[in-house]
This record gives sequence, C-alpha cells and structure tokens, in this order.
Amino acid sequence: MEDVAFRAPASPGQSRGEARTGGEAALRGKIAIWWFLASEIMLFGGLITSFVLARLGGAAGTHEPLNVTVAAVNTFVLLTSSYTMVEAFAAAEHGNRPGMRFFLAVTVLAGLGFLGLKVYEYSGEIAHGFTPGRGGFWSFYYTMTGLHALHVLIGVVVNSALLVMAGAAIRRPYRVELAGLYWHFVDIVWIFLFPLLYLT
Amino acid sequence: MTPALATAAAPPHQAAGFWRTYVVSTDHKTIAKQYLTLGLVMALIGGYLAYVMRWQLAYPDTSVPGFGFVGPETYNTLVTMHGTIMVFFVAMPILLGTFGNFLIPLMIGARDMAFPKLNALSFWLLATGSLVLVVSFFVPGGAAAAGWTGYPPLSARAEYTGVEWGLNLWLLAHAIEFAAFLLGGVNFLTTAITMRAHGLTPGRLPLMIWQLLTASVLFLLSVGPLIAGAIMLLMDRIAGTGFFLPDRGGEPLLWQHLFWFFGHPEVYVVLLPPLGAVLEVLSVFSRKPIFGYRLIIGGTLAAGALSFIVWAHHMFVSGMDPRLAMPFSITTILISVPFALIMFAMIATLWRGSIRFETPMLWALGFVAMFITGGLTGIFNGSAPADIYIANTYFVVAHFHYTLFAAVFFGGFAGLYFWYPKMFGRMLGDRLGPLHFWLTLVFFNLTFFPMHWLGLAGMVRRIADPTQYEMLVPYQYLNVFVTVSSLGLIVAQGIFLLNFFLSLVRGRMAPANPWQAATLEWTTSSPPPHGNWGPALPEVERGAYDYSFPGAAQDWLPQRRLAVPAIAGGQE
Ligand SMILES: [Cu+2]
Repeated sequence: MEDVAFRAPASPGQSRGEARTGGEAALRGKIAIWWFLASEIMLFGGLITSFVLARLGGAAGTHEPLNVTVAAVNTFVLLTSSYTMVEAFAAAEHGNRPGMRFFLAVTVLAGLGFLGLKVYEYSGEIAHGFTPGRGGFWSFYYTMTGLHALHVLIGVVVNSALLVMAGAAIRRPYRVELAGLYWHFVDIVWIFLFPLLYLT
Repeated sequence: MTPALATAAAPPHQAAGFWRTYVVSTDHKTIAKQYLTLGLVMALIGGYLAYVMRWQLAYPDTSVPGFGFVGPETYNTLVTMHGTIMVFFVAMPILLGTFGNFLIPLMIGARDMAFPKLNALSFWLLATGSLVLVVSFFVPGGAAAAGWTGYPPLSARAEYTGVEWGLNLWLLAHAIEFAAFLLGGVNFLTTAITMRAHGLTPGRLPLMIWQLLTASVLFLLSVGPLIAGAIMLLMDRIAGTGFFLPDRGGEPLLWQHLFWFFGHPEVYVVLLPPLGAVLEVLSVFSRKPIFGYRLIIGGTLAAGALSFIVWAHHMFVSGMDPRLAMPFSITTILISVPFALIMFAMIATLWRGSIRFETPMLWALGFVAMFITGGLTGIFNGSAPADIYIANTYFVVAHFHYTLFAAVFFGGFAGLYFWYPKMFGRMLGDRLGPLHFWLTLVFFNLTFFPMHWLGLAGMVRRIADPTQYEMLVPYQYLNVFVTVSSLGLIVAQGIFLLNFFLSLVRGRMAPANPWQAATLEWTTSSPPPHGNWGPALPEVERGAYDYSFPGAAQDWLPQRRLAVPAIAGGQE
C-alpha cells in the first residue's frame, strides 16, 4: 500500500543537506549570521532600553559635554565604510581581486580611523575628569560605546583577514557578503548610539 | 545518486587517531557524548554541593562528612554554585548539548551539523567555561556567593560577600558559556533549516526537533539582555560605574529586569528538550500516534512567545511598581494554558494505547506526573497576592525543583534510556533501570514535597541555619527528613552510573531499532557510522508517529522511504 497523500513531490536528483556547493554554503552562512545578529540586536537592545529607561527615570543625567563634532565625523567615517564594504562585495562577486582588495583596505582603514577618533575622545573626556565612575550617564556612555568599539575592532580583524586571504575570498565571495552583513549591523548600532548619547 | 554524495562521504573512521577521534572530533555524535560527559561530571560537583547544603540545614554547624565545617559565608557559596552549575553546566549541556547534537542530524537525515568545526568550538568553549567555574572555588575569597541570580548590590561589591575574584570568574564563566550556546544554537537552527532529508517537511518533523529548535530560538533571543546586564555588573565591579549601586545613582532593580527577561525563557530552554524526549517516548511506548501534533507545536510556540512577557513575576516583592503586578500575573497564568494543552495531549496519547512499560516509558510517565504537580504550584507563584506570601520561601524552592529538576531528571532520563542504545550501541541493563526509576521517584517526592510545608511555615531560602529562627525550630524534623531523603536521592543516582558504565562494556548489543520506533535515527545502525547513513541519504515519506497504522501489516511505519515497501517487513 502506497499512500499517495503521504508522498513528497519526487525529485530524486536533489538531496538536501548533501551539497557543499557555493550556493548552499552561502545560504547556510546567511541563515547563521542572521540568527547571530538577532541575538546581537537583543544585546544592544537591552543596553539601549536600559539607558532610555534610566534616562526617563532621571538616573542617567541630562546633557553632558561630549565632543559632538568628533562623533559626527566618526558617523560619517562609519557610513562611508559601509559603502566601501558594499563595493568590496560587488568586486568580489565579479572576481575583481584588485577592486575587492582596494575597497576592503578602505573599509579597514575607516574602521581603524573610527577607533582612533574614539580613543582621542575618551582621552579628552578622562582628562576632564569624566571617568566611567562619574555617574549614571558616564556609566552608560563608556559601556555602550566601549562595547560598540569592541564590535568595530572585531569587524576590522575579520575584514583584514579577508584582505590578507584575498584569493579565498574571491573563490567564495559570500564570505565578503557575510562580513558585510556584520559590518552594516555595527554601523547601524552606531546610528542609534550617536543621537541617543550625543544629541539628546 | 547525486555527484555531491561522493564528496560528502566521510573519510574512514579508523584513519583518525585517538586525538582526532575523541578530543577534537567534529562528528556530532562524538560531540554529543562530550557534552554528556561534561554534564555528568559537573552534576557530580553540583550534587556534592547539594549534599553539603542539606547536611548543614539538618545539622547546623556540625562538621559535614567529606567537607568540614560550613559557615554562613560558605553556605552562600554552596547555594550560588549549586544553582549555577545545575542550570548552566548540567541541564543545558545534557539536555540541549547532548540531545541537540546527537539527535538533530540523525532525526532530520543529515550527515552532520551545518558547521562541524564551529560545533566542536562550542563544546570546547563550554568546557573552558566549566573549568573557569571550577577554578573559581580555589581563588582567594572562594567562589561566587551572591545567589545564582547574582542580585546587586550584593553582587556588585566585593566587600558585601567577601568574594572578589570568585564573582568575576563566575561572570567570565557565564560569558563563555553563553558564547558556547549561542554558537551552538545558531548551528542547530541552520542545520535544521537547510539540511533536512528530502520529504521531511516541517509538518513531519519529530516533536523533539521542534522543541530543540524552539529552545534554541528562546536562548538566542533572550540571552542578549543578560549579557548586557553581566557587562554592566562587571563594569560596576572593576571600572567603578554605577549601574546597579544606589549610592552611585544606580538602580538595582534594573539587573533583576535584565536577569529575568532571560531567566524565564531560560527555564523553557531547559524544559523543552526533555519535554520533546517525553513526547517521543510516550508515542513509541503507547504504540499510538502522538495526540494533537499540530496543537503541541502551536502550544510550544505560544509558550515560547509568552515567555518573553512574564519575567516580572519573579519581582513581585522586589519593590517594582505595583501596577505592573496584575499584567504580569495575567500573562503568567496565561502561559500555563499551552502547557496544560501539551499535558492533555500527552495523556490523550496514552489513552487506550498498548502501553509498554519499558524503562524510558517509566521515566516519561514520571515526568508527566511530577510536572503536573510542579505546574500546579506555579499557579500560586504566578498570582501576585499568593506569591507575596510565599516569595523567597522553600515553597518556591519546592516549585522549581518539581518543574526544573523533574524536567531534567525524568525527561532527561527518559531520553537517555531511550537513545542510549543508539548512542553507544548497547542496551542499558533492564533490571537496574526500573530500580533507578522507582527509587528516584520515591526519594524525589520525599525530598521536595516537604519543602512546600517548610515554605508555608515561613522558612526562607538561602539561610544557613534554620534553628536560629524560633518559629522554625518546631519544623526542624522536616529539614532532617528532607536531608535524609536527599541522601537517598543522591545514592539512587549511583545505580544509574553503575548501569551506564557496566552496560558500556557488558550490555547486550543493540539492534538498529530496539524500540520499534518510526523516526529516522532508528533506521541506521546502533551506533550510526561516521556520516550516519552509508552511501545514500534517507528520504522521508510520512510523519513521525505512524504507530498502529490502519491497514499496515506491522505495528508501525517508519518515516524513511525504504527500498522494500515498509508494509512487507521490518528491519530488525
Ligand atoms: Cu519565571
């Protein structure tokens, strides 16, 4: 007895779970990175919600003397690096190795530039006595921007690895795409942090 | 069949040496066994701590045999580390790590996880985290002593508990553990989404897989805020920030919100895998299709979603805005509805089945009975007026041991006894199994049921010496009774360990399908070969629970499409 209703549509040539083709690996990588980013969203979401609630409750202070100009420049730097990351993936997809290397290098430099400016900011603030122990606002400020900077650093390391092993990245361009998804996420987090910390 | 098959066929197993085979193996079955070993070792430590705690409560300030004198400070360490170890380093490794790694590829017809190397990394991260936690016992000041929930301000200042590095290492161990299970969860989900056998639609997946995946999603989405909280707590301790310290303008309640936002989903991360194991076992040993397959999936997803909006039921007495109590009471009582449905489906699965009382089935039935008891006391805890009276008492301790401990023990053992033949290729001895079950059932109830009375009598959690409270002195006999029972419970587990190791070498060789079960893992040899399936991947042609199928020649129809029609004969 063969119950027709129970049978799956027949396509004997295809066996899921076997293929280690580029398309399959790219799909797995994408699904994995999206789940990872979902939990990252909850991590920064937890921090940002805590900050907003503390602020509404009056615990996290009001306006504090932050260097808005440097932060605005940094926002521009990060946004630019998201653009160059997109270009790096486009170049990788077309097998354009010099192009990919160039745009990855710019992305890495932008990341390093962001971190450099952040260190400059931190040292200025600490010099003026605004240390993490200075109160509610500064606790959140250092923790949130510090965690974000750590994410930028990880992105710089990943992008540098792709740059160094450019041959492998050209053969598997989806790796550049996956690194790009992460990099854009780090960028978006900053888009939330900048107005919350500097402008409100 | 397909050219891809050749590339995916695994290299011969014998070629790899000891190091590659057992230590840095990327085979999901080996990794599952590594999780099991780690979980059992940590369970010995957690159980030892429970023994020392119980001795101190029954005979306060006497020297505990095998430990020595316990003061209040040491007692704080004992409760803290017992809870931490049992939840994060025993329950999660065994229920999620072992079952998830072993069963997901086998039940969906894959050769391994989507990312085998990442999988090995997850395990070794967890092992590192466990090591950090064990090392923390031996640093100056001892291990963490601020409760497994780590509430600040107690946890935020070293001078409050006298623990400096122990608590920092406790936070570090958690961070590593979370990273391990985050990577593990991503791996589980990617594997199950992209690597299912041909024909294995979501509506045909075994419920165990649904439970494991829901648990993974809950963990991924809930752990972020706790990581945020842990970073803040660590900053408070080492960088001088003031997130949780009132004298620095901080708010201790914030930690409780972040912790329990994670904490309640985490309860289901631990509960759902054993629930899935019980569902599989109930169907197989009742020889009946599971009752309400879709209802159970819907109930699981609903409970998972609701678990994100119940957390403040842990905070009714914490001084949060009382207007929040009613909404959180309502969501909490709502969340018992899907679980009641699942329990109903379990009982309906048994109804008029041809029940086979093999050892896994005994544990599954024990799970149903104990979990209903624990669930009933949950209603008291969930409703704010009742909870305000019993919060932080032994009533709550009894409640979460009836739910969590029962889930881990009865559900976990149902799964272990059920899949042991598949994992190790040998049958567990069937005399010691029932003995282990009955002793555990009796001593479990003798240990934890009296705690309800102690709680109602006013005995609060985490006190080192109940006799120093005059009102508790008349109830001290109960504490002695509980302690003696708990010794019985611990000793009974020796039977399992004995059975486990004896059967590894002396057990009867397991056939491919000793329980006549329908899911995919039973169609490969016991234990499955490296790569699981031989040259051709399995294909699936029906749901997972076709027992007593009308018109079929035999008692069950395997999910796997067989070369010979399933009706013609079995595969034993
Ligand atoms: Cu809860």
